[in-house]
Order: sequence, then structure tokens, then C-alpha cells
Amino acid sequence: MASDLSVIEGAKLLMVGAGGIGCELLKTLALSGFKDIHIIDMDTIEVSNLNRQFLFRQSHVGQSKAKVARDAVVRFRPQISITPYHANVKDPDFNVDFFKQFNVVLNGLDNLDARRHVNRLCLAADVPLVESGTTGFLGQVTVHAKGKTECYECQPKPSPKTYPVCTITSTPSKFVHCIVWAKDLLFAKMFGDKNQENDLNVRTSDAASSSEHAEDVFESKKDEDIEQYGRRIYDHVFGYNIEVALSNEETWKNRNRPRPVYVRDVLATELIQQNGNVDKDLVAGDPLSVSAMASLGLKNPQDVWSLMENSRIFLEALKLFFLKRQKEIGNLSFDKDDQLAVEFVTAAANIRAASFGIPLHSLFEAKGIAGNIVHAVATTNAIIAGLIVIEAIKVLRKDTSNYRMTYCLEHPSRKMLLMPVEPFEPNKSCYVCSETPLSLEINTKRSKLRDFVEKVVKAKLGMNLPLIMHGQVLLYEVGDDLDEDMVANYEANLEKLLSELPSPVTGGTILTVEDLQQELTCNINVKHREDFDEEKEPDGMILSGWTQPPAAEKDGKESMGNGASTSSASQAIPLETIGDDDIEIVPVVTEGVAPERKRKLSDTSNAVTSDLSSVEHGTSSKKKPQEIDDDSDVVMLEDGDSGISKKKRLR
Amino acid sequence: MDREELTEQETALYDRQIRVWGVDAQRRLSKSHILVSGLKGTVVEFCKNVVLAGVGSLTLNDDRPVTDELLSANFLVPPDENMYGGKSVAELCCDSLKDFNPMVRVAVQKGDVSSFDVDFFDKFDVVVVSCCSLTTKKLVNEKCRKLSKRVAFYTVDCRDSCGEIFVDLQDYIYSKKKLEETIECILLYPSFEDAIAMPWRSLPKRVSKLYFAMRVIERFEEAEGRKPGETSTADLPNVLKLRKDLCEAHSLSESQIPDSLLERLLAGTREFPPVCAIVGGILGQEVIKVISGKGDPLKNFFFFDAMDGKGIIEDISKTSS
Repeated sequence: MASDLSVIEGAKLLMVGAGGIGCELLKTLALSGFKDIHIIDMDTIEVSNLNRQFLFRQSHVGQSKAKVARDAVVRFRPQISITPYHANVKDPDFNVDFFKQFNVVLNGLDNLDARRHVNRLCLAADVPLVESGTTGFLGQVTVHAKGKTECYECQPKPSPKTYPVCTITSTPSKFVHCIVWAKDLLFAKMFGDKNQENDLNVRTSDAASSSEHAEDVFESKKDEDIEQYGRRIYDHVFGYNIEVALSNEETWKNRNRPRPVYVRDVLATELIQQNGNVDKDLVAGDPLSVSAMASLGLKNPQDVWSLMENSRIFLEALKLFFLKRQKEIGNLSFDKDDQLAVEFVTAAANIRAASFGIPLHSLFEAKGIAGNIVHAVATTNAIIAGLIVIEAIKVLRKDTSNYRMTYCLEHPSRKMLLMPVEPFEPNKSCYVCSETPLSLEINTKRSKLRDFVEKVVKAKLGMNLPLIMHGQVLLYEVGDDLDEDMVANYEANLEKLLSELPSPVTGGTILTVEDLQQELTCNINVKHREDFDEEKEPDGMILSGWTQPPAAEKDGKESMGNGASTSSASQAIPLETIGDDDIEIVPVVTEGVAPERKRKLSDTSNAVTSDLSSVEHGTSSKKKPQEIDDDSDVVMLEDGDSGISKKKRLR
Repeated sequence: MDREELTEQETALYDRQIRVWGVDAQRRLSKSHILVSGLKGTVVEFCKNVVLAGVGSLTLNDDRPVTDELLSANFLVPPDENMYGGKSVAELCCDSLKDFNPMVRVAVQKGDVSSFDVDFFDKFDVVVVSCCSLTTKKLVNEKCRKLSKRVAFYTVDCRDSCGEIFVDLQDYIYSKKKLEETIECILLYPSFEDAIAMPWRSLPKRVSKLYFAMRVIERFEEAEGRKPGETSTADLPNVLKLRKDLCEAHSLSESQIPDSLLERLLAGTREFPPVCAIVGGILGQEVIKVISGKGDPLKNFFFFDAMDGKGIIEDISKTSS
């Protein structure tokens, strides 16, 4: 390996993510002799990082990961240059020219969004990318070199899990449905932006039928104190709303009927009066340290609370928000590191679960589901980081024929715990690395440009600074350097129906969507379609030709585990590697993570994480990978049954 | 088993891994005691992994003074001679490791691991030896086996871009979920001495070539009285001679142990840090599995070679065939 030393010492690397994988990677790169490393991470250090992000200490909590990681590594390798950026990789500063200065880019990210963004910049700058991800004991490393191997987006990626609205609002059957309800409806309604659309029923029917403007029960009344307000909300959401739902007999023909729950049934009067001891226990200070568990004397987050305990926590948490964190109300969004928010959501989800006959869960479990927390251990990250460095060295040596994608497995497959596989050729119909047009079915007379921008351009195509053109006419653009008239003009366009835009978009129109930062252009053929199924096609439009996530429904257990994400709140931002928490966050999944590889390793029924569902688990696989030649280094895998045509392998 | 709860501090620190292996496993980890002897890059990686995981205690044994070569894959000790002050590798690593996780007791045990008596090993649940002679491996393994309680024994070595792990759990019973039911499994492990005494012809076909190559080098170092890793390409002719003898004795074709592989292992005495990370990671995972009782442990050899990228488990025991 001595011959590699000159390519190693002369290389300039970009690492994206200084979390779970990132810490391990930076250490291994430094030990391996790399001398010029740049590292981007927008995150700061949290306590739950410390079990694996070994470059960080308790005293670093709150500081920039990229900077602290640099300082820690320079201590044992003072002669190398590490340039940290405490920033979002999507910032415009990190443009194609910035990427061009590097010989290879190494990702240790925790979310799909950032991975896609980096993939596009690497393609535009023509810099090879080594991508990685981990979850629990599973991990994966892949090499993406433009024109030689597939890009990160050549194959389908799992998308955040979404649930039909009525399952959440009326007919939950799993605990995760209760969590989504508690987090995205109730918590958002009580403590978030009041102007956000919300499907929670906030009216009483007598009010709705009798008066012109039905009263919103969430508005507190003049003469009521916080205790009374809390009990009224409780009775409305867990009692009254269930009664309303029960009145629709049709719904319950084939379902278990829920049981309305009222405060008076659960808590004795004296308990209601003396719930908690807010003033005595609280010290002014960090608002995130306010805790209903603490004021009620409940200690163990692993315990499953009774309905009564959950009810007390619910009322106490609600009260604490209003008494201790009044200023934040109206601006809060759920945060898994916000103890009081987690307590509130856990309690609300459990009370709802009790009402619907669904098993209750501990705060620890509820937090994992609500926060989409990805499981993470140090060992997997260390192994994956070692594999990344091995691939990076091959990339620097231009040893294309030896590039491998490697899976780290929990159970051996054909004796292997680390399984290398030849990479695939680029997908010729990939809208990112080839120029294949997409097609969009949409009702052009009812959809606004805003719908198109939000649901297609941002959510599906993952563009950051989009520009939309119809022929020569610019319909929409985002950027810092636009003058006010333009901005006003684009704002106005957003609210217009597609067919009423200055240059009308109708069936047969070809739209060009471009992201200048990512240097990505897509053409979209528009087809007008009148009707969409509200339940099955909730977006009211269908984009095809892009790599769609497979419609694999996971059962409750799995979605908990890997945090198949719940709903809208999927803009996970933190970069972590596999690491982390955020990385660990799942909408995107996993610290890292790995693209879905269903097509290769077929049966994924045990897969732990959505991102990694490709990784084969032990004996569960029906189709085993096949070896080409037992003496050679390479393993070939059969395509799965996902309906995707076979890819050619590099030779 | 006792039902002591984890402290709030532990729950917060270990949150992400408790989600992987559960609270009971975390509790067992915090009560376990590990001894490591021979602190080169792979073992240092292993130490980091188990300290982060939250074991009860870790005891380090390596009296060697610090050298450049010893530190080439060591991220615990800064390359500043002024700070060494005559301390051994173990002492210097100990200071850094303590810092990684204040809840783990990290200590140094001076002395030659082969000279410790049987009772000494009784304090540990896991013993890992590295960078030591064939005789020492056998000896320590035997002492661990003499104790009434089970002490899990491991050896680990990396040469060039290859690594090897050996595992002896004696008899290991664990439960495994198959479909709906939980079944009890028992694994019987041979000692290191018994495992490597297995006739090569009796081994399963296609056993990793690394297995044979490592045995040849190990025998060579033993016969020449070399310290582990004290080899160079100049030794190749003699090693090839030894290969011939061994292959004849075992009636194995010499082509099963390629010259090029032996040459790599002889020449590459400097550790390759990515391989240390990988092998130290696998070893960490195995030890965690055994202490926590979660997951099926590997039996009984693991090999990694960066050249082909495969991480392979080989079962070299009588019960394997």
C-alpha cells in the first residue's frame, strides 16, 4: 500500500457531514495520511451524539461539529490541514466551482435531501462521490463516478412514509398513527402557527350548526384558568371528537369502536385540582429543561404509563407550556430534543391509543417514533468509514474496475459480514444524470403554479433554487439578486392557475425546470387530467419518469424502528452521518444512508431501515446473490423483483 | 438478573444505541469487564468502540514504550515526545480513553500477559490479545478455559491490508428468534490450539486463503523467535519453504497459499488504518453481542482483505463439518 501514499498525500478531499460516520471518517483519513481535508456540517453537538461521535465531549455540547472535529483530529495529527465549515451544504457558496477543487467527495449525511443535492453538484463538477449510510448494525458504501457508475439518484429512494388523512383523524389502527395525530395535528394546533392548515376538528357541532362562525374551542375563554382550559381541550379532543366520530355508523361497521375519554373518568377530582407542583419545582433557566415528568415525579422514560399517568402528564405539560414557555406558543414545531414537547406528544398519543384499543408505549419509544430517530452505534460507523477510505483511495488511483459497493450486514450472507458488489452502470433514463424528460399529469385548470412548485419541483425533484420556464417565458425563479418587480411578479404567478399563467400551461406544454446551483435541468411534458383520487393520489398530480419510491408498506413495528417518517415534517436538515441523530433522522433515514437496493437483494422483509432496506438479512432472502466466480473478488447479485430492468454491471 | 435502572445520564448518553440493543443489554454491558493486551491500531479501535458502548471496565496491558511505528494507526496518543515522560503505550492510551466516556473505568495492568496466573483472568468477562506470539495466544486461551466461569477469548491481528479475528466462547447458549418462536441455540468452540491443529484437508472447501497464510507466518515467526510483525520480504524464501513443508504434511496444494499473499503479509508490517477501523469495528460488535446476549456471535474466525473487500466468517472446528 506504500505506493498509494503519493496519491493520498496529494489529494484534496471534501467531507460532507461530521456526525457518526463523519467523526470516524475524519479520524481514519487523518491516520491514513491524507493532508488536505475540508469538512462541512451545519449541526451542533448534542448529548445523544456522544455515544459514538467520539471526537466530541460533554463540554462541546452546543458547538459546531465541523470545528470541534477538526480541533480534535489536529491534536493527534498536527501536520495536516483540515478546513471546517459550520454551514449547510446547500448554501449557495458551495457551488459547482467550489466542488471542482476536490479530487473526491465523501458523504456522511443523514438525509436524502442533502444527499441528492451533493450528488447533483458532484455530477455537475464531475467529481467522484463516495456515498454512505448506516442504521444499527447495517451499513452501505457506494461509489458514484459520472458516466462510469450509476449516480445516487439512478435508482428509487424510499420516500417519507405518509398516511391517509382519515386514518390519522378518524381511524387510527397503529400507535404511529396516534403519534402523527398528536404531533402534526394536536401539538401543531396548540403550540404551532395558528394559520397553518390543520385537519383537527376544533368545532363543536351545535356551534357549527347554529352560528355563522363556529367557535374554535382552542381559543381560551376570558374567565377560565389554565387548569380549566387544559381539561376543556382534553375533553374536546379525547371525548367529544370521538363521540362525533362514533356517530358515523358507517365508519365502524368493520372496525372496533373507540371509547371516548373524559378527564372526570380518568382523574379523581382532587387529583385534577392538584396536578403537579409547577411553581415549587421550577427554576428559571433553559426552557428545554422544563418537564412534566419531573414535576409529577415520574422518572423512568422506559416505563409505559397508565391512562391516568398519561392524562396527568398531558394536563401538566399543557400547563407548563402556558406558564413557562408562553412566549414560544404560536411558533413551536415539534423537536425530539424538546423534553416537554416529547412528553406532551407521548401522553396525547397514549390517551388516543387507549381510546382506540391500541397498546400504549413508553416515552422512550414514543420519542423514537415521533423524532424519527435512527438507531446508531459506533462500531458500524467505524466499519463504514474504513470502507469509505478504501474506496476513496481506489477513486484517487483511478482504479475504476475495482470500485465496489459494499454492504455491512448484521447476519452473514454466504459467510460474509462485509459483502462487496460490483457497481452498476448509469441508468440511461435517470432524470438527474441523463437528459430524459419527465411527464406530469395534472389538472391545469385547478392547480396553481404554487402546487407545482411545492409538490413537484421541491418535494420530488429536490431543487433548491429553481427556475421554471415555458419556452422563452420565465414563470418563476428564486434567487438573491432579483429585483422587486420580478419578485412580485413571480409571487403573483404562484397564486395563478397553470392554465391562466402569462404563458398558459395546458396539456401538451413542455416546462423546463432548472436549478442553477445544482446545474440540473429537467424537461417536463404536461398532460391535463381532470380527476384524481383523493386518497390514492393526494397530491392531485402524478409525476412519472422520475425514480419513484417503491410502494412498500411497512408494518407498524418497522416504521417505528426506522422512523419511516410520518408526514409533512420531513425536511430533515441536519447532516449527520450515519450518524446521527439526525442522520438519524429518518425521513430520510439513517445516518447515512443508503439508497434502497431492493432490486438487488430481494427479500427485505426484515430490513431495518428504510434507507437500508436493501440490505439482506440473514436467511430471509429468497434470491441469494450469485457469485460469478468463487475465486474472483466480485460478487454479483440478482435483480430483485421490483420490476426494474436489469442493470449492466461494469466490467 | 438484577433490575437496577440505568441512570438518567446513562439513558441520555446511550439513547441511540439502546434503540439498537435495548436496556437490558445496556445494563449487562455496564457490568462487564474487559482485558486487552497488545495495543496496536486495531486494538485501539476496539477499545474506543467498547468504551463508547459503555462497558463497566477496560484494562489495558502493553508495557512497550511508544515508537513511531506503534503510533502509526493510533489516534489516542499525540505525536509529541515531550508528553510521553517514560510512560508505556498502555498508560498513554489509558489517559485518552478515560476521556471518551467518564462512566467507564479504564486502568492499566503492567506485566507480561503470558506470566499472569489463572486467577488473574477470573476478573474479566472478555480477554482480547494481539501482537503476541503463538505460544502466548495458546497459553492465555488455556488459562481462560481453566476458570469455572466463561471468559470469552479473542485474538486479533492485522498485517498489510488484511485482518484476522479468532473467537473462543467455549460453549455458548443463546436464543434466536425464528419466525414466531424463540429457539435455543448452542455453539461449541474449540480452543485456539485445537482449532489450528485441525487437519487442513478436513476443513470446508474454499476456506479463505488468508487462514492458511496466517498460520504459515505465525509458525514462521514462532520458529525464528521473531516478535509478531518482525518480518520483511527477505524472509520470503524461508517462508515458502515452510509453506511447502506444511502443505505436504496436510496434503494441501501449495497454490492454496499464493506467494503474492505471503509476500504482502511479510512486507506490510505497518498497519493500514482503514483495516484497523474495520476489523476493530467487527471485533467490537462481536464482544458487544456476547456480553449483551443479543445476536448470534461469529464462530470462530473472521477475515478481512481490503484487496477483495470481503469480510468472511470461517468455521474452523470439529463440529463444523
